[in-house]
Amino acid sequence: MRRFRSTLAALAAVGFTTVAASAVLADTTLLNVSYDPTRELYKAVNEAFAKDWQAKGGDKVTIEQSHGGSGKQARAVIDGLQADVVTLALQGDIDQIAKSGKIKADWQKRLGNNSSPYTSTIVFLVRKGNPKAIKDWDDLTKEGVEVITPNPKTSGGARWNYLAAWAFADQKYGHDEEKDKDFIKKLYANVPVLDTGARGSTTTFAQRDIGDVLLAWENEAFLALDELGADKFDIVVPSLSIKAEPPVAVVDEVVDAKGTRKVAEAYLNFLYTPEAQKLIAHHYYRPSDPKAADPKDLARFVDVKLISIDDPLFGGWAKAQPKHFADGGIFDQIYQPKSTN
Amino acid sequence: MAASYGLGLKRPSAIPGFGLALGFTLTYLSLIVLIPLGALVLKSATLGLSGFWDVVTGPRTLAALRLSFFTSLFAATVNALFGTIIAWSLVRYRFPGRRLLDAFVDLPFALPTAVAGIALTALYAPNGWIGQWLAPLGIKVAYTPTGIAVALIFIGLPFVVRTVQPVLEEFDRELEEASATLGANRRQTVFRVMLPTLMPAILTGFALALARAVGEYGSVIFIAGNMPFISEIAPLLIIIRLEEFSYPQAAAIGTAMLMISFGLLFFVHLVQAWQRRRFGHD
Repeated sequence: MRRFRSTLAALAAVGFTTVAASAVLADTTLLNVSYDPTRELYKAVNEAFAKDWQAKGGDKVTIEQSHGGSGKQARAVIDGLQADVVTLALQGDIDQIAKSGKIKADWQKRLGNNSSPYTSTIVFLVRKGNPKAIKDWDDLTKEGVEVITPNPKTSGGARWNYLAAWAFADQKYGHDEEKDKDFIKKLYANVPVLDTGARGSTTTFAQRDIGDVLLAWENEAFLALDELGADKFDIVVPSLSIKAEPPVAVVDEVVDAKGTRKVAEAYLNFLYTPEAQKLIAHHYYRPSDPKAADPKDLARFVDVKLISIDDPLFGGWAKAQPKHFADGGIFDQIYQPKSTN
Repeated sequence: MAASYGLGLKRPSAIPGFGLALGFTLTYLSLIVLIPLGALVLKSATLGLSGFWDVVTGPRTLAALRLSFFTSLFAATVNALFGTIIAWSLVRYRFPGRRLLDAFVDLPFALPTAVAGIALTALYAPNGWIGQWLAPLGIKVAYTPTGIAVALIFIGLPFVVRTVQPVLEEFDRELEEASATLGANRRQTVFRVMLPTLMPAILTGFALALARAVGEYGSVIFIAGNMPFISEIAPLLIIIRLEEFSYPQAAAIGTAMLMISFGLLFFVHLVQAWQRRRFGHD
């Protein structure tokens, strides 16, 4: 036991020295607090930005990344995590930080495309050969089809999944909200496991062999093909999906306190440069400036009708969020037990 | 317990430093335990009594609380039984690999709970090493309440073993011999002589395992399936409320869990006190 403890102490000491050493080496450190599936993208972007910044005569800059569920990350920033920039899955999450006063209320107007340097959408990942013949959203409500999607309450990505299904139902049933609700209810009745995050759902589907179809971020679906084998899964693009616009913002309170505003703003502006846009497309996000991307990368994106959150159907996050996902909202209503409903 | 405490107050000079030690204890407990818990209760108090009651008695909250406490009670009971048997084997028998097994018991303490949850899910999923043999029999473990119980049994085991083990080691063999010479058979010796002595330790282990299980989050969310009304544990519901930025609601569920846990633990202590009086081990 004593040896175990001294090993632990030694490990801790090593840990501290590493942290201390890296703090000494880097002149400027930025913390980018992001959501789950952007890990690979920002690893590439950070490297490119550090080079670019130094080439333009800036200090040596190190960008640290923090990933997790979008809402959880927003809460961490509100509660005091010293993030210089946030790059989250939902506008609503940054709005919550803005409510706390750490970000100025006009944040979304400060950068192009509503502060979304890239967009993404929701697609289906099915087992190889698509044995259940899943082509579109209404196939997901059929009996015997198991759908894997995370809990919209705990996962930003899952909210996009839900809204995409809602948008489809609304078109199909001619804007009848009761029928939309029924559709969503039937769909979620086919969900056997509600993981808390997008990566958890991917694991459940890919590693545990649960379910016939995974509702996934487009980039997650491509990553799953890359990492888990294109011989195991197929991507199915539905007839209609949602235009997910993950926004980015500088955390004003933190950058002003740390004196990192200039480099933090340069970092976010860098996301809009052709160089970063090319990386973005390469990492399976849809670039806001497709001209900059490699045509080979662009060819992977299927053209699909995309509904935006600002469509009158949803009326923006400020309306969609409380209506669908608040306590007692539509998502909660579909899970009421039969007796009380 | 009350009697011995009273005795201590009457003769504080028997051991020096009473004032200092008590002062330190109160300060430390306040900083580490009472202030955070107080903050929790205060936060939930912003709802008002009827608001608090509405949150706590909502059907979904009730379902989650019921699931959390019943699976925790079940897991703690299983651990009390099998943990005692394991402690017994480790203390009373000498066999090769005993020390190694002894070390294994602590692993659930050391393992990050998320790792435990993922490992258990991988084992018990329908395509896992164990799950593939259970699936044809129609037994589902992962993504059901059964899976939650499995995870809670895993994380709670060391508590019982580690509380029972030292008591068994100290157990006076002469008592067993006396019992045998007085004509008791083996079963009577175990159940009438040994078990009453071990019971306080087993109950303590039970209480610890229960408390741990009620608050467990990390390992359970991976194996539970997290379906509202079926496999959604109360700690997950708290997280969900936090994601909605409804801090008071989250605090209310937390406070409710705290009160139920306190009630359960208090009950366990009452049983222990009653037992001590009855068997005269005070």
